[in-house]
Amino acid sequence: MSKKATARISVGSKIFDTINYTLLGLMGLVTILPFIHVVGSSFATSAEIASTKFLLFPTKFSLDAYRFIFSTDTIFRALGISVFVTFLGTLWSMFFSVLTAYGLSRRDLVGRRALNFLIVFTMLFNGGMIPTFLVVQQTGLLNSLWALIIPVTINAFNMIILRSFFMNLPQGLEESAKIDGASDFGILFRIVIPVSMPSIATISLFYAVTYWNTYMHAILYLSDSTKWPVQVLLRQIVVLASGFNYDGAAYTDVPPPEVTVKMATIVVATVPVLLVYPFLQKYFAKGALLGSVKG
Amino acid sequence: MIIYDETLFIYLSIKLAFNLVKKWGFAMASIAIPRTKSKKKMTAVDRKKRRSETWRRIKRNKLIYLMILPGVIYFLVFKYLPMYGLIISFQDYKPYLGITGSEWVGFAHFERLFTSPEFWMIFRNTLGLFALQIFIYFPIPIIISLMLNEVRHSLYKRGIQTIIYIPHFMSWVVIVSISFVMLTLDGGIINSLLETFGFEKINFLMSAEWFRPIYIIQVIWREAGWGTIVFLAAITAVDPQLYEAARIDGANRFRQMWHITLPSIRSVIIVLLILKIGNVLELGFEHVYLLLNASNRSVGEIFDTYVYVAGLQQGQFSYSAAVGFFKGIVGLIMVVIANKLAKAFNEEGIY
Repeated sequence: MSKKATARISVGSKIFDTINYTLLGLMGLVTILPFIHVVGSSFATSAEIASTKFLLFPTKFSLDAYRFIFSTDTIFRALGISVFVTFLGTLWSMFFSVLTAYGLSRRDLVGRRALNFLIVFTMLFNGGMIPTFLVVQQTGLLNSLWALIIPVTINAFNMIILRSFFMNLPQGLEESAKIDGASDFGILFRIVIPVSMPSIATISLFYAVTYWNTYMHAILYLSDSTKWPVQVLLRQIVVLASGFNYDGAAYTDVPPPEVTVKMATIVVATVPVLLVYPFLQKYFAKGALLGSVKG
Repeated sequence: MIIYDETLFIYLSIKLAFNLVKKWGFAMASIAIPRTKSKKKMTAVDRKKRRSETWRRIKRNKLIYLMILPGVIYFLVFKYLPMYGLIISFQDYKPYLGITGSEWVGFAHFERLFTSPEFWMIFRNTLGLFALQIFIYFPIPIIISLMLNEVRHSLYKRGIQTIIYIPHFMSWVVIVSISFVMLTLDGGIINSLLETFGFEKINFLMSAEWFRPIYIIQVIWREAGWGTIVFLAAITAVDPQLYEAARIDGANRFRQMWHITLPSIRSVIIVLLILKIGNVLELGFEHVYLLLNASNRSVGEIFDTYVYVAGLQQGQFSYSAAVGFFKGIVGLIMVVIANKLAKAFNEEGIY
């Protein structure tokens, strides 16, 4: 290759890099700017909201919107319900998903194929919203927080991913434990689960995010507004603009502008997910698992 | 040593997707062509021996059956019982009479659905959003992952990835709410921008023309970044020697991307496209429902939202169950067709 050709390629390569890096940077910026705008506006004073058009970082910090939304029980109750459903739901779903996934990962199980098909088929076809609603109604779960959990106990896709993980564990692991006289439950809880922690953590976080974000099931199954999780409240406040029910609240000043209240509510509903995001990232990006069986 | 990382996780997901498509194909094939039994006739003794062997295996695993029992009960009660419940779409279901006591009406609800003028509107809208998903959304994660793959500074790459994955973890309520405060007529940042640059303000949220663009932009914002993971994982499997060879042949970076990276991930692209087609009618009830209002209903009402409104808000259980049934059947047919396509591509793929 001549010197000239090399030079040309590297110049072309540099132009390529510049364009590529710039476009990706812009993409990242466009993705994140709406969030910054919302967070920034939620801390802005009413004067700044009125005067500044494209607010990203407020010059003066104000907590009025937050003091306002936290002056009533409404948001505390909604947050409490969401936290409760997320914790309980994740534990509940993981417990049954792991049990089912481990059972179905055993290659010597008679009827394994049929059971797998039973589960996979539900990913391709289901009864739909109305018949499912009728079942939930029949089971007496309507208007109970369990209605947000029990009807979605196992996500077939999550369960199958867990099962693939268990199937990829070395066979020797179970066999050696069996020789030592461990029962199936002993093998699962003392050996399989500890060595699968990264994947279990990942799937748990998927479940947790799903439970935190639950909205459809709440509007389907809960008619009592005192049981609404934070997502339903958020929609009530922002999209339907039905405002905040703040009668009898401890907040006595002039209410902050509606916009900042909306923004602050969005932030409150989002922050918990952003808090777990780094953990999710960590497990997702790396996490080495040292095999318990050599070779 | 077992290394667990992102790539393995994604690879398992892809493998799973492949297997689902394949398995389903086999299931379909075995329905069409009954498997010929090549087994020799078993003697009574053989049969007895076999049965006792199976029985022994079942007994040995009785604790395992106990483990999967709750899971199986869950699927039977909350997935299969509703499928049985679909028979109300052939009845005039009255809650106080129940499934056993309600009157049979045959295909009346389906007839009503197909003859209603709303049906074609909903059908058009569903198809419209589906087309947007396939033609506009689908290529974007592929392009982004090709671009990310060309980034050499791993810190920059990881930084961009971290940012573009975030929206995936936000609920639709949050995504729609943020769009809402940005697009609103007075005080929304977008309309302020339009005004500053001398354009007319647009009432995005109450406009039928803007419904589809808003829908697809939100889908891209939430999912495009996350969607790159699968393609990035597939790209890591490309043989580096191919690039070496191309470089010696004088191919520039763009041509390497076009002639090596893209063809190498072709099979993954096809599988994902098929899965997407199979999900034709899963356009996101929550998302669309949150965007719907009286002024954009003519373009925004899809089967899912229609079922919800007709069934749970207006109490027409049987009719909306019929609508849902129709939707489910179309989805199932699409899966089968998509799978046939997959097999066609598979045969072609083996050179």
